Amino acid sequence: MSLLELDNVDTYYGQIHILQGLSIRIEPGELVCLLGGNASGKSTTLKTILGIVRPRTGMVRIEGEDVTKRPTSYRIGRGLAIVPENRRLFAPMTVLENLEMGAYLRGGGAKEDFERVYELFPLLHERRAQLAGTLSGGEQQMVAMGRALMSRPKLLLMDEPSMGLAPILVEKNFEIIEQVHQSGVAILVVEQNANVSLSIADRGYVLSTGRLVLEGKAADLRENEDLRKAYLGR
Amino acid sequence: MTDSTPHSSSIPASGPAVGQDEWVARHAARRLMPVGPLRTVEERLRIVPWWAWLVLFIAAMSLLPVVESSGYVRRVGFDTVLYMLLALGLNVVVGWGGLLDLGYVAFYGVGAYAYALLDSDKFGVHLPTLVAVPVVVVIGAVVGFLLGLPSRRLTGDYLAIVTLFFLQLFQTVMTNGDSAFGHNLTGGPNGILRIDPLHLFGHDLTVQHQGVFAVSYFYVALGFFAVVFVALRFVNSSRTGRAWRSLREDPLAAEAMGMPVNWLKLMSFSFGAAVAALTGTLFAALNASVFPLTFYFVLLITVYTMVILGGSGSQPGVVAGALIISPLLEMLRDPGKSRIIFFAVLIGGVGLAARRSRTLGVAAAATIAFGFAVHELARAIDASWVSGEKAGGFAGAVDHWVVHPAQLASWIPPVSYIGLIAATLLVTTLHGRLRLVALVPTLYLSAFVWENVMLAKPEPARYIVLGLILIALMILRPNGLLGERRVEIV
Repeated sequence: MSLLELDNVDTYYGQIHILQGLSIRIEPGELVCLLGGNASGKSTTLKTILGIVRPRTGMVRIEGEDVTKRPTSYRIGRGLAIVPENRRLFAPMTVLENLEMGAYLRGGGAKEDFERVYELFPLLHERRAQLAGTLSGGEQQMVAMGRALMSRPKLLLMDEPSMGLAPILVEKNFEIIEQVHQSGVAILVVEQNANVSLSIADRGYVLSTGRLVLEGKAADLRENEDLRKAYLGR
Repeated sequence: MTDSTPHSSSIPASGPAVGQDEWVARHAARRLMPVGPLRTVEERLRIVPWWAWLVLFIAAMSLLPVVESSGYVRRVGFDTVLYMLLALGLNVVVGWGGLLDLGYVAFYGVGAYAYALLDSDKFGVHLPTLVAVPVVVVIGAVVGFLLGLPSRRLTGDYLAIVTLFFLQLFQTVMTNGDSAFGHNLTGGPNGILRIDPLHLFGHDLTVQHQGVFAVSYFYVALGFFAVVFVALRFVNSSRTGRAWRSLREDPLAAEAMGMPVNWLKLMSFSFGAAVAALTGTLFAALNASVFPLTFYFVLLITVYTMVILGGSGSQPGVVAGALIISPLLEMLRDPGKSRIIFFAVLIGGVGLAARRSRTLGVAAAATIAFGFAVHELARAIDASWVSGEKAGGFAGAVDHWVVHPAQLASWIPPVSYIGLIAATLLVTTLHGRLRLVALVPTLYLSAFVWENVMLAKPEPARYIVLGLILIALMILRPNGLLGERRVEIV
């Protein structure tokens, strides 16, 4: 049974047809990347998965259960978590409070959850009393990831984790993503940076103007001439 | 907030970990703290726990009737405690929930009217105080919840308009409630009279004791304040309180973390409304009468001013706001005191706005000299122009400087008032030396307008002075006196 399944989903913003018959599936423990240029529907896919927008037709399933009509909080409770685009931390709250908010549905997080996050990001323990808005971009990315992991997700959704980071930090960031993945969490990475994401992913999907144009093993996609032309620029 | 020191064992002692910024690693000791002696003071004060501050504060407040026997001052003290309660309630909605609720004082009215209907001769219902007050609080919370239902999906301006409409609706219903379906429910514009006093420990609390305002209500209000303050503090430090703040910062991110955003908004409305309703019972019981127009814009603006000036989001902040504004508004009723406050604000404002002390000195000296020159010139031309002078004291000193005719020609007030606005706008557009040159006559003109126009009309004047204070403070401390430091992610 797939961990997450989008089945023939059509999502609209008013009259505008964004996602057109999109079907993707993620198995437990997989690392999948969703690629696409600007306005290809990547973020809308994430919003549809989380229930921030509802599809007009089609179904969203978590572990076989139809959650299409369920609110976001229910889906988070079923094991989804997100690292939003631009991180979107709660700026005037401390790092610790931000982490607690990640575990809101679980009552604020148990000691083991904090320990797990601090082990991945020792720096967050050091800075737990600092206001999140005063951290650097790289540190904020860590808080955002830590906050998402606090809910013990089965599937971690990551929206453009490389955005606004220096190339060296992008690489380190993906090292952490791999590390989290190895601890058994399935991950869906939504990215424009096809090279880095395909290097760590098991499988990949490629979107273009709301339609799925390519899918397959990451290794195959890396060799694919069409993808190279469209997204790798050579 | 729980501290998590036990985790330190799991931290490797070796240097920067994966993903750490190098620049940040070199500035590990970065802190959000002032430096120098201020820092020492702040660190010392941090050791004092919050409840010790509260006990100290309550103790200091309860001394008021002991040191002050004037009924008027005691009454102002009681009103101040009511304002403190109202500000605490509004802080839940505006400061924590981030919801711009312009109908807030309607809940105060709901509380007062509910108490009036449950404890007066109006319908002959006389519930015991210990039953009536909790019932009124629940009614307030329910009404807040009901108002929240249609508005929970609105944000910002739209929410403000809907809640403002609710305030208007409350007014209309209360004013026309004397002929609702053929029954007189609310007494209409005449309100409800002969409301029961609070009845506690087997006694009716009397408002007057031997002709002086009795202190029992003051202490009851102070008790309510302590309970509400502590209760709200616990709510704020709970999961719900943190969820409110994250909701205020970023509703979408809060929703993506799985928080029930709409439910949290309703909770925030309910809590604020319940506190306002509780305050309403005190108001109704003390005055023994309620009228619709009490719960209207002037009160709304006053409470908002307290919250903004004190620091929206900070409990001690909004209490400080109420503690400053409420007595200030009373003092501004007295021309002698309001004159001193006006000039203090004027001098303080210019002093704080001046970036260099030399500029300030030049401006002050030039304004004083300019004033005396104009005054002497006016006297030389026509002695009646300075005939309104008072003798002695601060007022006399000011009148030797400001032109003050006994009889004001009818065209002078509007012309000088509009001239002052134009001059102020001109000053803000100029720079450097020109600004200094324009500032001197503008300051003199404002003193002239104050002495000749404003003081003759103390009621609007006191709100204008309040506005001036608010403007000056917002420039200096945009977060209010004790507000949370705003941190923006750019």
